[in-house]
Amino acid sequence: MNAHSEVAEAERAPGSHQSGRERLRSYTLGLALAVLLTAASFAASSSSYVWTPSIPILLAVLAIAQMGVHLVFFLHISSSPDSTNNILSLAFGIFVVGLVIFGSMIIVSNLNHNMQPMDQLMDMHRQR
Amino acid sequence: MFGKLTWDAIPLHQPIPLITVCILMVGIAGVLTIVSWKGWWPYLWREWITSTDHKRIGVMYVILALVMLLRGFADAIMMRAQLALAAGHAAGYLPPEHYNQIFSAHGTIMIFFVGMTFVVGLMNFVLPLQLGVRDVAFPVLNSVSFWLTAAGVLLVNLSLGVGEFARTGWLAYPPLSEIAYSPGVGVDYYLWSLQISGLGTLLSGINLTTTILKLRAPGMGYGRMPVFCWTALASNLLIVAAFPILTATFAMLLLDRYLGFHFFTNDGGGNPMMYINLIWAWGHPEVYILILPAFGVFSEVIATFSAKPLFGYRSMVMATMAICVLSFMVWLHHFFTMGAGANVNAFFGIATMIIAVPTGVKVFNWLFTMYGGSIRFTTPIYWAIGFMITFVIGGMTGVLMAIPPADFVLHNSLFLIAHFHNVIIGGVLFGVMAGYTYWFPKAFGFTLHEGLGKAVFWCWFVGFYLAFMPLYALGLMGATRRMQHYADPTWQPLMMVALGGAVVILVGIVLTVVQLVVSIRTRETRRDLTGDPWNGRTLEWSVSSPPPEWNFALLPTVVGPDAFWNAKRHPSLRNAAPRLVALTVPKRSALGFCVAFFMAILGFSSIWHIWWLAMVGLFGAIAVTLRHAWRTELEDCVSIATIAEHEHAHSPQAGRA
Repeated sequence: MNAHSEVAEAERAPGSHQSGRERLRSYTLGLALAVLLTAASFAASSSSYVWTPSIPILLAVLAIAQMGVHLVFFLHISSSPDSTNNILSLAFGIFVVGLVIFGSMIIVSNLNHNMQPMDQLMDMHRQR
Repeated sequence: MFGKLTWDAIPLHQPIPLITVCILMVGIAGVLTIVSWKGWWPYLWREWITSTDHKRIGVMYVILALVMLLRGFADAIMMRAQLALAAGHAAGYLPPEHYNQIFSAHGTIMIFFVGMTFVVGLMNFVLPLQLGVRDVAFPVLNSVSFWLTAAGVLLVNLSLGVGEFARTGWLAYPPLSEIAYSPGVGVDYYLWSLQISGLGTLLSGINLTTTILKLRAPGMGYGRMPVFCWTALASNLLIVAAFPILTATFAMLLLDRYLGFHFFTNDGGGNPMMYINLIWAWGHPEVYILILPAFGVFSEVIATFSAKPLFGYRSMVMATMAICVLSFMVWLHHFFTMGAGANVNAFFGIATMIIAVPTGVKVFNWLFTMYGGSIRFTTPIYWAIGFMITFVIGGMTGVLMAIPPADFVLHNSLFLIAHFHNVIIGGVLFGVMAGYTYWFPKAFGFTLHEGLGKAVFWCWFVGFYLAFMPLYALGLMGATRRMQHYADPTWQPLMMVALGGAVVILVGIVLTVVQLVVSIRTRETRRDLTGDPWNGRTLEWSVSSPPPEWNFALLPTVVGPDAFWNAKRHPSLRNAAPRLVALTVPKRSALGFCVAFFMAILGFSSIWHIWWLAMVGLFGAIAVTLRHAWRTELEDCVSIATIAEHEHAHSPQAGRA
């Protein structure tokens, strides 16, 4: 099972280093990045430096970057053979979440396109 | 002080629930009296209630499932009896509001508390033994999972005597399930019992997934895992991915009902269709959570009793994982008629038909495993053959309904009811009954009575066809589901046949109890001294029956698939004189029972709006969990002497003597 326990230093996830000092440094770096991205989100929401209609997209990008920081620095996801299970689980999780969210969006928007809005439908019932 | 709870909640004026509750109370009081009188409480508390042993927990799950099968079946036969009577001018014996509660309770109980509970119980018992390890990854969490399920069961059954159950059908579609149309406590009973037991299921899914991914015997690579482990892996991955959707959807409905939100209401920007969409995004994977482990059971049973390796192991694994992924891409077929356009319906219809391909691969693999094998016709193989015939019929009616235009004719008809009972009884129930018979000797050290087991099978098999084939016909004639009365008297003969089928199944259920009693009373004649009563292929048969608490004194080293079979064929692979070492087993823990106790209080008091008591429940559950987090002693030590004594008593030589 543990044939891969000797993982090359470069392949280790940040934070999975053995020495306490390096671990502290990687967690601090992660915290700094996370705080930076949070601050950037707050700044972007009320900023005038960005083209206003693009702000939601910018927020989405920052949020995804935030998830990446959490995964790498705090949950120690990496491409090393040690974390194959984690990568596969993550991929499956993203797949399912994407499927449910985008599937629901397509289904419900298609439904709304094909049906009268709910309030009009109710009005029709009342008129009868 | 007591919120909405008053004496009116007790059904004193409704004879049927009142009599049922009285009989139940007498039964429960009787059991408690016997247990107290015999002084069994300390034993039950130490060895079962607080046990963290996966085998004990698995057995308790199965017992819970069998008890709930009685409850769910009682609902079923009441519905069949009502429909056999209520034709034309006859009104039948069940008033509509009671009938609606019965079909809602029947579906809820059969899926969540019989199917799920039975399947999780079997996985709990078998997985660590098949993987060659000593317990699941998180033994205390396992106990918590079980007791949370039990708390959900308690709430569902309380609704019988205190208040009412949902009248909304088993998935509680809004807007009917919203507070405006269901102001009573029925839907709240439904929501809270499923939230609590769903939490247990999710924890169990995490636990078993971790066990399979992280704990396997040395050499047990993925390509050497028994197929039951693979199907259990797929099933638990689906639990982890799908149950949060259910919890979130129910949480939104709870917010609608309790705090006046508008997620699924008609007004205020709510969209009831979103509930239907989300509940089926959970609901369809749920079908495969139930059926995949049953497929695994049949794979084990057919290989063992054909004395052949499973045909097409790799294709079986591929098919299992393909179903695992595909099951997430078909949920719209439950609501083709909801109003989506042709393109969306066509996509989901085709995706649904594609699932039939890996399932077909599995059926052919089982057939080819049996082909040329020396088959022993024991009870489990009866269930397996009955399954293949029945499930294929159910699968084909499923593919038929996957065609959207056909579904527009058949939606919400008895044809649909016949279809999903065809796959759930013919698949899941036959599967768990096969597993129950197959692994019973492993759990208790003696086999079940063979003749009675076959009688149980024939009752279920014949009873199923009698009960549900008429429903296919009735569905095509226009009979709808959840129908309490019908005007057309020409339907009545078929309804009578269906009732007859339900009575035959009742005989099967009674015989299951008789089989258990007879088997226990005559256990000395059917002792399993070798630990391998069926000439098995996988590692659970390599240990004594019942296995010791630590399962394996020495972790087996696996060199190929069918690990135990190979070890039997090549005795040189066996370690002749294993060097025993002292082991640790997880300490027993009352955490599961205590958390579930407080969660049951939380659920009950939330249903009745007794907010101070709800706080007691919530903080109680948090407090006992925190207290558990500060425990210092985690494991008990098992001495070498104890292990050696057990090994000596159960060595193959001692077994044959």
